[in-house]
Amino acid sequence: MSGAINALTRSINVFHLAGSACNNCDIEILDALTPKYDLERFGITLVGSIRHADMLLVSGVFNRKAATRAQELLQQAPKPYLVVAIGGCPASGLMFRDSYNWYRQPSGYMNIDAFIPGCPPKPEAIISAVVKLVEALRSGALAPRCLQGDQLADRARVAETV
Amino acid sequence: MKGNMVILEFLLFPGLLFTAVAGLLTSWVDRKVTALVQMRAGPPFLQPFYDIRKLLIKETCVPEGGSIGLFLLAPLLGLAAVTLASMILWRTLLDAQATFVGDLIVLVYLLVIPALAVMLGAFASRNPLASLGGSREVKLMIAYELPLVLAIVVPVIHANSIRLGDLLTSHPPVFSLSGLLALLVAICCMQAKLTIVPFDMPEAETELSGGALIEYSGPPLAMFKITRAMMLFTLPVWLLVLFFGGLVSGPGWLPVLLGFFVWFVLVAVTIVIRNTTPRVRTDQAVRFFWGPVTVVAAVAVMLAWIGW
Repeated sequence: MSGAINALTRSINVFHLAGSACNNCDIEILDALTPKYDLERFGITLVGSIRHADMLLVSGVFNRKAATRAQELLQQAPKPYLVVAIGGCPASGLMFRDSYNWYRQPSGYMNIDAFIPGCPPKPEAIISAVVKLVEALRSGALAPRCLQGDQLADRARVAETV
Repeated sequence: MKGNMVILEFLLFPGLLFTAVAGLLTSWVDRKVTALVQMRAGPPFLQPFYDIRKLLIKETCVPEGGSIGLFLLAPLLGLAAVTLASMILWRTLLDAQATFVGDLIVLVYLLVIPALAVMLGAFASRNPLASLGGSREVKLMIAYELPLVLAIVVPVIHANSIRLGDLLTSHPPVFSLSGLLALLVAICCMQAKLTIVPFDMPEAETELSGGALIEYSGPPLAMFKITRAMMLFTLPVWLLVLFFGGLVSGPGWLPVLLGFFVWFVLVAVTIVIRNTTPRVRTDQAVRFFWGPVTVVAAVAVMLAWIGW
């Protein structure tokens, strides 16, 4: 499995999953993919289809409808994949935590491998976090959480409340 | 021709292994030149091989309710067709008398199959975005196959034969007006055959979320990517044989160097066009190929017929 994870870290297809975000983090993600930061030299490319994705960049406050769809998308992603939460919203909800459409913390129904705090985090912060994640994976200190257990355990509960 | 020799040729040289490795290196050249045009460093040298290796460890997701057999067979069809085409082409390049009369026509048919395989895979995916991508692939195919065949007729008229080996030993058509026009037409059609910008609407990334290949993952996607890389390597070699044939055959090192240089120029032209043009709509592409390109190709055929 470590050989497979090593293969995964050398060529990462990034998929952008925005769950009702304010779009600031989405703009920073787009910035990080511009020629100025040149992520392609690390083997990172952007893909449009979830079936081609290796790393999901999750941003935004997931309300109930987005949460159901995010779970479906995570089921569609071919294993092994990584989930990286960009910004403060997927981690804790920040200022939207007490609003009426905040469902629950995304880490409750998504297996998130890394959190990048910031509102929004700079592209340098995003790159630094991805480098740390990749190095932790290569050294064996971390394993992709999608391979550890079923993250859709409470999917039924989400569907009931929507 | 012994049976086991043919299988070894198909699998190793000049078949699957050689063409796949050469194709992946060509795709690296593509990405590196793109990066240099955008004033950045590009991916490392082995990046395409890392990409294929990564795809081989991913799981294969199959769409529920789609045609599973066709879904999984389509990548194999494309791969087998381009492998056969490359084998015929390199057999001819190494020994001009080794192939049969009419192998040019066989090559035209074989090189249509990868695009057909993408279309079949798209329609077997049971996904509306994939079917959009597949239908765009078909429309594009209808558009560019006509001027491409017309452009191929020009070297046939010059050499008075439909065997690739005779094209290799005759005077290169590119030094005549008709040959030059036909080469320009063929370069436009090659751009569309490879579904490279400006003709990449079947796989519009931001528009169709991956288009024709949206449901493919893991090893089948790796096969499609290898097929695409092999086409990027094989089509310029084919144009080399058709239009520069006499230049690159013959003993010694000079024809080999010349051949590599011309191949590299053809690939570079493709990459530069790719980086400097926007994506066009399907109707614009069809109008382009059935309009100016077919007219120029027809003019080239008529000029070849009268000897220019």
